[in-house]
Amino acid sequence: MTAREEMLAAMRRNAPRETPRPDLARLGVKFADPAAKFAESLQGVGGTCLRVPDLAVAGRAVAELPVRQAAKKVVSLVPEVEPGNLDLAAVKAPRELEGLDLTVLRGELAVAENGAVWVDAQLLPHRAIFVIAEHLVLVVDAAGVVNDLHEAYARLAGRPAAYGLFISGPSKTADIEQALVIGAQGARSCTVLLVG
Amino acid sequence: MSAPPSATGELERTVDHAAAAARFVADDAKAHWHDQALWWVRKKRDAASAAVPDWEALRDAAAGLKAHTLSRLGDYLDEFARNAEARGAHVHFARDAAEHNAIVHGILQERGITRLVKSKSMLTEECHLNPYLEARGVTVTDTDLGERIVQLRHEPPSHIVLPAIHLKKEEIGELFHRELGTAEGASDPKVLTEAARQHLRQRFLEAEAGLTGVNFAIAETGGVVVCTNEGNADMGSTLPRVHIACMGVEKLVPRREDLAVFLRLLARSATGQPVTTYTTHFHGPRPDGELHIVVVDNGRSRQLADPVFRRSLSCIRCGACMNTCPVFRRSGGYSYGYIVPGPIGSILGPARDPAGHRTLPFASSLCGSCSDVCPVRIDLHHELWAWRKELVKRGLLPWRKRAAMKLAGAVLRFAWLYRLAGWVARRLVPALPRRLAYGRWNAWGRQRELPPMPRQTFRQLYRSHRDRS
Ligand code: SF4
Repeated sequence: MTAREEMLAAMRRNAPRETPRPDLARLGVKFADPAAKFAESLQGVGGTCLRVPDLAVAGRAVAELPVRQAAKKVVSLVPEVEPGNLDLAAVKAPRELEGLDLTVLRGELAVAENGAVWVDAQLLPHRAIFVIAEHLVLVVDAAGVVNDLHEAYARLAGRPAAYGLFISGPSKTADIEQALVIGAQGARSCTVLLVG
Repeated sequence: MSAPPSATGELERTVDHAAAAARFVADDAKAHWHDQALWWVRKKRDAASAAVPDWEALRDAAAGLKAHTLSRLGDYLDEFARNAEARGAHVHFARDAAEHNAIVHGILQERGITRLVKSKSMLTEECHLNPYLEARGVTVTDTDLGERIVQLRHEPPSHIVLPAIHLKKEEIGELFHRELGTAEGASDPKVLTEAARQHLRQRFLEAEAGLTGVNFAIAETGGVVVCTNEGNADMGSTLPRVHIACMGVEKLVPRREDLAVFLRLLARSATGQPVTTYTTHFHGPRPDGELHIVVVDNGRSRQLADPVFRRSLSCIRCGACMNTCPVFRRSGGYSYGYIVPGPIGSILGPARDPAGHRTLPFASSLCGSCSDVCPVRIDLHHELWAWRKELVKRGLLPWRKRAAMKLAGAVLRFAWLYRLAGWVARRLVPALPRRLAYGRWNAWGRQRELPPMPRQTFRQLYRSHRDRS
């Protein structure tokens, strides 16, 4: 027998009597103003939320960001908001991305209870761009704000499972005497523009 | 100091928790500091859980989902593997640690890879992967900051979520000065973290493969989920072309929506954060890359057969039971001599090797605090108690404890003997010189004072009260 068959057989043989799957329908939280709660949660994990009425204002808001003004290499996948200046098609290996100052990406869902933004990264030309960049800007439609993770996964359920992630604020660590340090390995800042 | 594990990462085989803990508490100031550091994390956990209105319902759901999954683990693993393969991942099966290590090494060897970056995985610690690979010419870099620190010190992690919680920033400063060339005496966590960032970036850029652990594997979609705050798993899985993800069979969840339950509990229980910074879902490899998933049994299916101890397979490795345990906080992670320390490790360790870990179920006050905080409702203190009974049954108790229990059993069996013992003790103990009363034989008296002997027995007291009323 292969290891696969042996392991499956052992698990089936040793399993206890079947217990039913619990009902998850009643779980969850509701907030009076989910967008405001999202901004508060994001701030709590070290990020910044900016509310803007439309993409034009979003563009101006990004241009004014100190991290944008100091940035030399910028990758943007939201050209309506930020043109960017690095052509990803010209990048062959992801390690050439070292030195990237800013990445601007579209996020699809913003979760009020924890300040996380869902980024579908399946089609990113180089998946490293969200983590290798020194700073990160995420652009999310206000209609994409949900109360909690149950709602977030319910929305994702309609789509094929892809490579994607929840990002909640900048990279951080508290491994040295529990002192919180922002900018451990990934982005040193995370700004979310909530549009609409 | 705590017991130093050998350079290969192998810990002493037979652990004497009390003796190792005594070495840890010998540095009184540091032991207190350790206690306070963990208590602070515990308080953050309390605040985070109190802010979630459906917390108890979430724990019920998590426990129910785990029980359901374990009862059909074979089916879900089968479903997971088929779905993962359909998405282009290679799924490997390992019956034990040796097979796991050989599979990982085989993947690297076939591709001529000698530089591996790793993000945190307790499973690879369990399998002693690092020394195995290093002996075969592979340079392994642990990239979680806490893990990198203990790796540079040639130590295993002392805590599953906070691997370097036993170290002061000055000790890390000295280490980094020696190993990474930071300024002498620099101990500011910001400065040290920045130095590690630069050092680790270099390793990520040079690496040819990245290995990560797995927090959850989804049967329905064939995906694996990895949670980190630093983003090191993301660096390791996006920069090199080859990604290897290693998981124990118990990481399975049936459906994608189940993640909501576990993710709402995990980070809050671990560090008091609402969620980890990065929660990355991998479905298949990147277009030009490879994704290998190594699924490991290593005793888990045997544990599944045990009606009492199978519940410990539900553990999501949040570390909350350690942060709250009064014994862990005061004795340090290394005193357990097992990859997973604290209350949950004291159940898993003896399951693997009862004789070698027989002191661990006694490293608990049975106060129940661990069971109270456990997000998946493992009845930890009951299981620890059950282990004690099991060790007695198997004749694995140390002779001192056995003798003391025998004596207590005899005294409690005969009322006249109990009365006599009380009478003797009340007269004898106050008259004894300290040296005799707290001699080597009185293990209990090492950290405690005997209570003052009462003048009256409880029976006398009870009688006089009854007569008065
Ligand atoms: S036993 Fe419970 S509290 Fe302890 S690490 Fe596992 S899930 Fe967390």
